[in-house]
Amino acid sequence: MNTESQTAPARTETGTWTGTFARLFRFDARAYSMIGAVVLIWTFFSLMHERFLTPTNLSNLFLQMSVTSILAIGMVLVIVAGQIDLSVGSLVGLTGGIAAVLNVWYDWDPVSVVLVTIALGSLIGLMQGWIVAYLAVPAFIVTLGGMLMFRGILLGTTKSVTVAPLDPSLKAIGQDYLPEFLGWIAGAVGVIGTAVIVLGSRWRRKRYGFKVAPLSISVLRIALIGAFILGAVWVLNSYKGFPIPFIIVIVLALLFTFISRNTVFGRQIYAIGGNPEAARLSGIPIRRRILMVFVLCNTLAAIAGIVLTARVNAATMSAGTMYELDAIAACVIGGTSLMGGTGTVTGAILGALIMVSLDNGMSIMNMESFWQYIVKGAILILAVYMDISSRRRKKAA
Amino acid sequence: MTVALEMRGITKVFPGVVALDNVNFTVRKGEIHALCGENGAGKSTLMKVLSGVYPVGTYKGQILIDGVERHFHDIRDAEAAGIAIIYQELALARNLSVAENLFLGHELKRFGIVNKEKMHKESERWLREVGLNVDPRELTGNLGIGKQQLVEIAKALAKNAKILILDEPTAALTEQEVGILMGILRELKQRGVTCIYISHKLNEVLAIADTITVLRDGQTVGTYPVSEVDEGKIISLMVGRELKERFPRIEASPGDVMLRVRNYTVMSPDQPGKAVIRDVSFEVRKGEIFGIGGLMGAGRTELVMSLFGAYPGESRGEVEIEGRPVRIRSVGDAIRAGMGLVSEDRKKYGLVLGMNVKSNVSMASLQAFAWRGVIDHNRETAGGLQAIHTLRIKANSPETIVGTLSGGNQQKVVIGKWLTTRPKILFLDEPTRGIDVGAKFEIYNIINQLVRDGVAVVIVSSEMPELIGMCHRIMVLSEGRKTAEFPASEATQERIMKAATGGMEA
Ligand SMILES: Nc1ncnc2c1ncn2[C@@H]1O[C@H](COP(=O)(O)OP(=O)(O)OP(=O)(O)O)[C@@H](O)[C@H]1O
Ligand SMILES: [Mg+2]
Repeated sequence: MNTESQTAPARTETGTWTGTFARLFRFDARAYSMIGAVVLIWTFFSLMHERFLTPTNLSNLFLQMSVTSILAIGMVLVIVAGQIDLSVGSLVGLTGGIAAVLNVWYDWDPVSVVLVTIALGSLIGLMQGWIVAYLAVPAFIVTLGGMLMFRGILLGTTKSVTVAPLDPSLKAIGQDYLPEFLGWIAGAVGVIGTAVIVLGSRWRRKRYGFKVAPLSISVLRIALIGAFILGAVWVLNSYKGFPIPFIIVIVLALLFTFISRNTVFGRQIYAIGGNPEAARLSGIPIRRRILMVFVLCNTLAAIAGIVLTARVNAATMSAGTMYELDAIAACVIGGTSLMGGTGTVTGAILGALIMVSLDNGMSIMNMESFWQYIVKGAILILAVYMDISSRRRKKAA
Repeated sequence: MTVALEMRGITKVFPGVVALDNVNFTVRKGEIHALCGENGAGKSTLMKVLSGVYPVGTYKGQILIDGVERHFHDIRDAEAAGIAIIYQELALARNLSVAENLFLGHELKRFGIVNKEKMHKESERWLREVGLNVDPRELTGNLGIGKQQLVEIAKALAKNAKILILDEPTAALTEQEVGILMGILRELKQRGVTCIYISHKLNEVLAIADTITVLRDGQTVGTYPVSEVDEGKIISLMVGRELKERFPRIEASPGDVMLRVRNYTVMSPDQPGKAVIRDVSFEVRKGEIFGIGGLMGAGRTELVMSLFGAYPGESRGEVEIEGRPVRIRSVGDAIRAGMGLVSEDRKKYGLVLGMNVKSNVSMASLQAFAWRGVIDHNRETAGGLQAIHTLRIKANSPETIVGTLSGGNQQKVVIGKWLTTRPKILFLDEPTRGIDVGAKFEIYNIINQLVRDGVAVVIVSSEMPELIGMCHRIMVLSEGRKTAEFPASEATQERIMKAATGGMEA
């Protein structure tokens, strides 16, 4: 992660072009190849169709990726811990359905609907996590069962009818945009936040007497990230502004990146996935951590359920079907190993972006939808193959 | 004698590390050639180059077998050329049977179908060859480390190797098993098999090898006939200086009782009614090194694991720390009570190999590096650096991935992890396994420093010189029972051996 926090000079990285680049952004090689892939895909589609790279379509694309991204953020933690959750798709359907039922049939106000739905997600996570962690039933089975049961409960509660339309203020969660000036304020907060984080960590490293990158590099980094943020604001503002679901994704992504990289909890999750026995002998309470991972994942699924229902302004019985596979694919394309122990939130979001870009691009080109399945499947296999072969090369290097 | 193998000008670079720097290595046909060097000197890497783990093109230099230059693209190429390697870290599939492991990748087939019958027959032959009396149908994971090691050797033999490489084969073996192995090697030599033998146990090396090559920091120091060297000479060649004493013993200044264990019984987790430890009582004082001796399988590991809250079987008995009774139900409880445990199997229990040095070092005391659950990365880096310095871990930086370190340096990381928790009681289960003489000496010094600081240290070791050389009091277990306890001044290898084989003392 912190590639520069080395006392010995980072021999392999200094001097080269990629070295400077890596120091600028502190991403690993993996993140670069993913960003490269996004650029490649976007270039391809914008050459194929002039409408792809327009603010309207990009805004749309970010809207489309929001549900998968939220699910993928939770799924990363689960997979890193060496588990799997197949139930999140059905859970999106169930929680979205419950939210719609409470709002449409029982006239609950949006705030209570959101709170109760999220609490329901946490509760379900508690149950699934408890069965996995304390009753030692494999996660694959527990969540496969959950996938069937939640879909069944959804059909039962909604009596298999579509529940619509929602209260306008609930609908807003999925359909509204941040007003232009708020978008700029958010952008400014982002830039200032970046500056505070970059300079702050530089200052703290210095206080510890560690080597730090020259100030110019830090400033350049802030400038580049800042330009990127403001550019994004500008593009989105030239359509309707930031879609609310995308804001939710950004906030959750920042939060969970922080959790996974900077908290004791996050670190212990990686240790558990990397070697559960060693984690246990280091005093890490494995069962409690795994329980918590499921709670988080299913809470996020409930948030995704609300966003989806709000976006389509209705709850349908098939909502969220197969979303768990999209989420898992996003994680895996983003470099999460199904063996556990490795994976990042950023990677998963980029993975979701790649998949949604493919979807979006192909539908803009009016390709028939069967192609989307075939291409996405092939990309998944290709991504994992490239990952494995690059890892093998590194080992022998 | 003719030359069987010549490696010329081998250079192997990993990102940031030159593991081998223009190494020349010549082995004559039919000899047992020992390869010595400190942890991280490059022994394992040289052998991985030879056996095709690192394919041609990923290193510089030439490999000549029987005078002909060879290029190995993978392990199979090397095997085809008659080279078999037994890795330092066991590489058996634990969930396959012994027979399946023996013939993994070379299954005996009839009409394309695995011929189990024949494989079992053949297996029995090879297992007999290494003096191992187990059913070929047994799951490999159910065997102890020592027996698994012998299975590895049988596996290599089954490939009809002309050149057999053993990378620290005896690190986990009992004296008896070592004896068997020595016999096997001598017999192989009679048959004209060439052996390359890596070990940190220099007495073994001197007993079995014909020729010794010493590596230091990735370079060849020299090759010597065994008649020209002794232990002191090898050590000084390895570490580049003389090492006067092997055990930097300090006298005990025992204080109050730190740990008292009374009538402690541990049940087997899988065989109901069977006790792996029965009615054991002992106490360890502050500032004292307490040794636990015994044969492999005597229950020593089970005892310390159970005290540490890490053993699945039920336990009974009383445990007191500093005079207060404690109830340890989990490793977390143990750590909070001030205990630490360096386990004997570092790969399985000690390390997360995919993580870096500092994360492993901080793993058992992460709260100390965090404030309200948020890790201070700088403080953690400082902790990693401190471990690297005090233990002289050969790692580029605290960010180095532990899996890329040499075996001995990985062991030091485990020790670093537990030093970082500042324990009051530290259990060390085979702490110097696979560690070179210089590093052993350093670890002994660290143990001594802990003792001076008032820590109670418990060492489990199969190396009797280590027990006698370092400990102040020694307890011996045999089949789960305590058979003797005496001060180190009265300890002899014979006395420990006698107690370990069941001879009760008054
Ligand atoms: N895959 C790898 N990636 C990076 N560095 C490596 C890798 N494998 C080995 N090294 C480095 O190469 C050096 C030599 O390691 P090697 O395993 O050959 O030592 P060794 O002599 O076998 O030591 P030991 O006695 O501890 O087993 C060490 O500094 C080690 O960290
Ligand atoms: Mg080695």
